[in-house]
Amino acid sequence: MKHQLKIYCQTTALSDLRLFMQTTLRELQVSEKDQHQLTLAVEEVCANLIIHSHQCNGKDQIQLIIKDSPEKIIFEITDEGKAFNLLDYEVPDLKKVVSEKRKGGLGIILVKTIMDEIEFESNKGTNTCRLIKWFRS
Amino acid sequence: MLTIEKQQENSSYILVLKGEIDASNSVMLDQAMQDLIATGTKSILVDCEGLEYISSAGLGVFMSYLEDFQEQEIDLKIYALSTRVFEVFKILGLDQLISIYANKKAALEA
Repeated sequence: MKHQLKIYCQTTALSDLRLFMQTTLRELQVSEKDQHQLTLAVEEVCANLIIHSHQCNGKDQIQLIIKDSPEKIIFEITDEGKAFNLLDYEVPDLKKVVSEKRKGGLGIILVKTIMDEIEFESNKGTNTCRLIKWFRS
Repeated sequence: MLTIEKQQENSSYILVLKGEIDASNSVMLDQAMQDLIATGTKSILVDCEGLEYISSAGLGVFMSYLEDFQEQEIDLKIYALSTRVFEVFKILGLDQLISIYANKKAALEA
């Protein structure tokens, strides 16, 4: 089963993204705790793309496809902006974030902690970030 | 959608957060924090009973003031977080850096 959403690159679209995530994950009978955390992780990636790769340009779009199977859910986020490969970024030290009074960096910690696998590929100007969550019974 | 209400109780200020905080509105939380610091208060409480969601943009606002609060001896206390939102604080280890209480009474008495 495949679920698909396209949003414009504006931070105000993040609430639409959350609604789509929650509705889809509820349909897939994901626990409330996982619904919340998976929504957060996908939003963090999309917010990063909207702000850093697309500079909040409302003409650009991001596509999210959710694919589920009994053992895992794949969140595939596609855009055509400047490639932002999460895997290139190290998880920052929390104490450093505090001492440098940084407001960024926390999103990467959340995505890497919540998701089980992260894949990234860039091909002819199209970037695909795949976030994978395994559900082992 | 986010609403922030400011209340004063004795020498403490309480920020009442309701709704969802994300990258589109975290600037509102940042502004509210700056306004409170400007009052010279030494005690800031954050009521999160109505806070349904917070992304790293909002959590980053709290984080970015921790050092200032320590230097200026401002006491920050957060209370009434829902289980789901508290889980996110725990993932980041923020529960070790910020004083979090079950409710307002516990926060005021601590």
